[in-house]
Amino acid sequence: MNLLLMVSFSSIAGGIHHWLVSNIASELLAKVIEMVIAGVALLLFLVPLCFVLGYMERKVAGFMQMRYGPNRVGPYGSLQIVADTVKLLMKEGLTPTGSDKFLFNLAPVIVVVTCMLVIAPIAFAKDFQLWDINIGVLYVSAISSLAVIGILMAGWSSYNKYSLLGAMRSGAQIVSYELSVGLSLISIVILTGSLKMSDIVMSQETGWWIFRGHLPVLISFVIFVIASTAEINRAPFDLAEAEQELTAGFHTEYAGMKFAMFLLAEYINLFVVSAIAATLFLGGWMPFHIGHWEAFNHIMDYVPSSLWFLSKTFFVIFIIMQFRWTFPRLRVDQLLTLEWKYLLPISMVNTILVTVMAIMGWHF
Amino acid sequence: MFLTEYFRTVYKGVRSLLIGMKTTGYYFTHARKEIKTEEYPDNRATLTMFDRFKGEVTMPHDDNNEHRCTGCQACEIACPNGTIKIITKQELQPDGKKKKAIDTFVYHLELCTLCNMCVTACPSDAIKMGQSFEHSVYDKKQLKKVLNKPGSKIMEGVE
Ligand code: SF4
Ligand code: SF4
Repeated sequence: MNLLLMVSFSSIAGGIHHWLVSNIASELLAKVIEMVIAGVALLLFLVPLCFVLGYMERKVAGFMQMRYGPNRVGPYGSLQIVADTVKLLMKEGLTPTGSDKFLFNLAPVIVVVTCMLVIAPIAFAKDFQLWDINIGVLYVSAISSLAVIGILMAGWSSYNKYSLLGAMRSGAQIVSYELSVGLSLISIVILTGSLKMSDIVMSQETGWWIFRGHLPVLISFVIFVIASTAEINRAPFDLAEAEQELTAGFHTEYAGMKFAMFLLAEYINLFVVSAIAATLFLGGWMPFHIGHWEAFNHIMDYVPSSLWFLSKTFFVIFIIMQFRWTFPRLRVDQLLTLEWKYLLPISMVNTILVTVMAIMGWHF
Repeated sequence: MFLTEYFRTVYKGVRSLLIGMKTTGYYFTHARKEIKTEEYPDNRATLTMFDRFKGEVTMPHDDNNEHRCTGCQACEIACPNGTIKIITKQELQPDGKKKKAIDTFVYHLELCTLCNMCVTACPSDAIKMGQSFEHSVYDKKQLKKVLNKPGSKIMEGVE
């Protein structure tokens, strides 16, 4: 058990860092190599993650609709996603005539890059973080709203009315739901007094915010999950894709690998949003601690921190998936009504409540 | 007044969404019991179709190779697709009279839409819908079927 604790991600990262610093003379070169290693590691983590999420989504969907989901390729259909990826790789990457070729090819890259950028400040395990920037939460909400540029680009350059409509809707959607996401993030920032991700995680050592913050934090958690589901364009807020009326919305014209990149971005976004919810509200990699129960807390500490982080993230992912397979889709006007008439006023009042609570010290 | 209405809407919305999540959550956790999928080619041996399932038009024969078709051609007229062709013959009765009887009941499965109109039109319940549905063949000539079995005759007492 002790061995397991010693071989943590942070010690691996630290080991690589020391080796690089002591073996490579130029400091700049060492830094560049470190960055490359981090980037490759991230990709090696994200691509299998998307496979897992794709498989999970289809299984969850199947079970919730009294079906099996994929169960032919590989044991329990687990290789179905691999087969689908191979199929997508073999397909011809069409660029429609009349489209703006440069923007058309750039859009999927922008969408993927923006969602990968958001991963930087997320703490995957204890002391294991790509970039512990001191404005972490602000950075996350700033970068994640950039994804809409990629979507607008895709819709605009496709030379297709459906794509354009989907992209315009996604613009309206992200502009409105960004507010609620921001306000619910702020409630945690108020309680923590810091925008830094590591500080936020450390502040939950005695208990996760969702338990310590009473009802207001619970409300902001719910609002965050709803609003970020809308922000990543997932059903029931999938108006930008809207298979029912817009064929596939902004990515109607995409095929092959470029289409796969949009799928990749969708799943990375799902992961990122859930990871942020897990970090802010469910304590990130922090084990489950109850106040001053020393013995209990000690046992919980034995579970590796990366496992805590991943299980919390997957819990939120599961909830968002359940949303998708339970709730009916919203119309555009209902979507905006939900945001401007319900989520936004409620989260504004909620922010005031959290502020009062933080000032008076009413939380545990 | 406005506020109570507002919170009532929120309450009702959240409540109904939670009920929905409870339902899907139940399906998810009880997947083994709830899954309704028929894994068709694999469960061929145990597959049972529903009573109302319409696979093809059949003409039941009893043990004495007797059917109930009088050759009245009501089904042929009722069929919107010209699927049925009744070829009749005149049969000599024991009392010396001639009576119309069926010679061949030709059924073109490839034209049939399984609409059930022939079955409802038949005055003597001679045909009914069968449950087999694996009809694919390589040559469409094989879909032309004769429903009355060779050597069969009409049941006693069916007019
Ligand atoms: S089921 Fe309909 S189409 Fe088929 S033979 Fe009977 S009447 Fe004709
Ligand atoms: S099947 Fe029925 S309707 Fe058709 S010819 Fe025979 S008795 Fe008449």
